Amino acid sequence: MTKLKFLLSLRDRLPDLPPEDVEERLGFYSEMIEDRMEEGLSEEEAVAAVGSVDEIAAQIISETSLPPKKAKAKRQLKVWEIVLLALGSPIWLSLLVAAFAVIVSIFAAVWAVIICLWAVFASLVACAFAGVVSGIILTFVSHAIAGVAMIAAGLICAGLSIFLFYGCKAATVGTAWLVKTAVSSIRKEKNV
Amino acid sequence: MDIQLKRGLLDVCVLAAIKGKDSYGYQIIKDMKPYLALSESTLYTILKRLETANMLTVRTAEHGGRLRKYYHITNLGLERIEDFKNKWKELLSIYRFVTKEDDRHDQT
Repeated sequence: MTKLKFLLSLRDRLPDLPPEDVEERLGFYSEMIEDRMEEGLSEEEAVAAVGSVDEIAAQIISETSLPPKKAKAKRQLKVWEIVLLALGSPIWLSLLVAAFAVIVSIFAAVWAVIICLWAVFASLVACAFAGVVSGIILTFVSHAIAGVAMIAAGLICAGLSIFLFYGCKAATVGTAWLVKTAVSSIRKEKNV
Repeated sequence: MDIQLKRGLLDVCVLAAIKGKDSYGYQIIKDMKPYLALSESTLYTILKRLETANMLTVRTAEHGGRLRKYYHITNLGLERIEDFKNKWKELLSIYRFVTKEDDRHDQT
């Protein structure tokens, strides 16, 4: 192995160390190899005398004791986060509640339109029944002409209600699809 | 050997290797070889530790068309060696006391 290859592969094995630290270590090994070559060893022999890259990297990693340091940093961050969360709770909690309320109100508004449509449909059906029934009664009891007009009005209501039934159904299906798509797209974005 | 003890010994040995005259990495390893086998990585760690503790200073000098780092012992480093000597004098007297008992036992 050449000196350059040795140093490059050693650098590859130490990705978690600070760059300045790695460069300083590489300089140290480079000096060691050059000093051995100066003593008469070939480049190959000098590199071999320093040791294998695997062993050196393993020793450096174990000596720099990165894992405990990392764990400590993580724990500190957690404490920091908790403090921040606790201090910020009056702000983020109310914002969270507000955001939730906005989402709920949007849903309520969309579905209110659908409920209104169905209510119109229900009232038309009611009008149809009431018009026809009261028209028949009116025809036989007193004013025949008014009674027939009432029946006609009731039948118009019935016809409109049939139209509206399909309209309401289509609107409901469409809104359900819209809500579903919105929810799934929000979920997707969250996952991404 | 106990890790703490070995670490202390290595520190003092490296300081002793640069005590008389400023030295460089490979020379330190060669000087210590008859007494303690020392890998390059271990030496680097020790030198770094001693530098942080202000027991030695580092200077870069040109040597044969390239740069080489030379290590120079400070007063603090010299004190560390003296401490080590005193501590081991004490330990040695304790050792003599302990082995004296053995000698007496052996004679009878």
